[in-house]
Amino acid sequence: MITMSVPRFWRKQIARYNLVGTYCKTCEEYFYPPRNVCPSCRREGEIGEFKFNGNGELVTYTVIHAAAEGFEGQTPYVLGIVQLEEGPRLTSQIVGDPKEMHIGLKVRPVFRRLGQSGERGMIYYGTKFVPA
Amino acid sequence: MSVGIVSYGAYIPRYRIKIDDIARVWGDDAEILKAGLMVFEKSFPDVDEDTATMAVEAARSAVNRACLDAQRIGAVYTGSESHPYAVKPTSTIVAEAVGATPVLTAADFEFACKAGTAAIQACMGLVSSGMIDLGLAIGADVAQGAPGDALEYTAAAGGVAYVIGNKESELAAIIEDTYSFTTDTPDFWRREGMPYPEHGGRFTGEPGYFKHVTNAAKGLMEKIGTKPDDYDFAVFHQPNGKFPSRAASMLGFSKEQIKPGLVVPRLGNTYSGSCMMGIAATLDQAKPGDRIFATAFGSGAGGDAFSITVTDRIEEIRNNAPKVEELLANPIYADYAKYARHKGKIKLA
Repeated sequence: MITMSVPRFWRKQIARYNLVGTYCKTCEEYFYPPRNVCPSCRREGEIGEFKFNGNGELVTYTVIHAAAEGFEGQTPYVLGIVQLEEGPRLTSQIVGDPKEMHIGLKVRPVFRRLGQSGERGMIYYGTKFVPA
Repeated sequence: MSVGIVSYGAYIPRYRIKIDDIARVWGDDAEILKAGLMVFEKSFPDVDEDTATMAVEAARSAVNRACLDAQRIGAVYTGSESHPYAVKPTSTIVAEAVGATPVLTAADFEFACKAGTAAIQACMGLVSSGMIDLGLAIGADVAQGAPGDALEYTAAAGGVAYVIGNKESELAAIIEDTYSFTTDTPDFWRREGMPYPEHGGRFTGEPGYFKHVTNAAKGLMEKIGTKPDDYDFAVFHQPNGKFPSRAASMLGFSKEQIKPGLVVPRLGNTYSGSCMMGIAATLDQAKPGDRIFATAFGSGAGGDAFSITVTDRIEEIRNNAPKVEELLANPIYADYAKYARHKGKIKLA
């Protein structure tokens, strides 16, 4: 069960739905999750919104057999670090057979349920990845 | 002024269960069921898929197929009988996920299996009146069938989205006209808070499906002066393989005309997606100038008939998104235990 507050999820909702991050025009670095200030350029940085197409590569992964509360119904599932084509890395579930996973696997984004606050609470949607 | 389909997109989960595996659990004769239903396997969702996720995937596919600016979409209507929330629209999730927000109207539709085509009709009206530029109409369902019930052999999962517009150069298919036939017929229902629908058994056939499908179809052909021979293809709501085949023959359509759109034997009944999936599968292979006749059915009950003519534009957009045949290919077969787990039929302590 995810126990995140509704407003907290909602504030980052568009980033989770559509992989919207940011881009620094000064040093040409991309950020996901979005950063409001470029950590390299600081006040010289010029940050703008950027929508990633979501194509990337699996940097590393683990197979979860003993899941946290709310995810018991999904085991075994894969949790991985995905590097997007533009550079940023993010942690995500990788949908698919754990036996088919390997480092360097090309992945693409899909829209899935990320979790829910029990039977009565909100359902959280967002991006996961599948083998491309 | 013409109105029609600017783009379309479909989504089918990869998981399938064979009728034989369901029959084995309940001690039914699979051969009799397969022969009677003309359904051999059905799709079911992954553990993290539901009507909203499938509606989003179908809608994104439709937007991408014609490389549309989603900000042009002025209405999103999602038809389903398995919306994830009882109160809170699926359509706002879809609108946000395709990038159509915030200047648009949105609502969820419910009319058993024809909520998606009702959404198409609403969008046709809005674009024709000039109230909106483009409308997004979706039919998606994670169909519910109680364990051991006859519905369990066919209740499947899938979603289909249509972008409706009226700019002549953008139309991949012109919808010449639509006609609906609706009465209060309680052949199938689900009460508030109940997990599975109830149905009237054989009562769903003659007074439900056949009456409404044939009257809607005949009504449209009479209205616009066409006959079955004028059409290259036909699609009828497909709760199983037998009903649309019989409806086609009652109306004078041939087996060849319904063949490209008859996806139910390998997919099952995707409820709100059913007829719309058949139209998508037909558009996947229709040639410019081909005419398609389609009639959706929703229990409760009503039929929505459409007369469609494919344009040259279809060739330009068709290959930009997955076709229904590609979505049906390469399935992952699973047994009843896995199916029960995915559908949440097993309660965890």
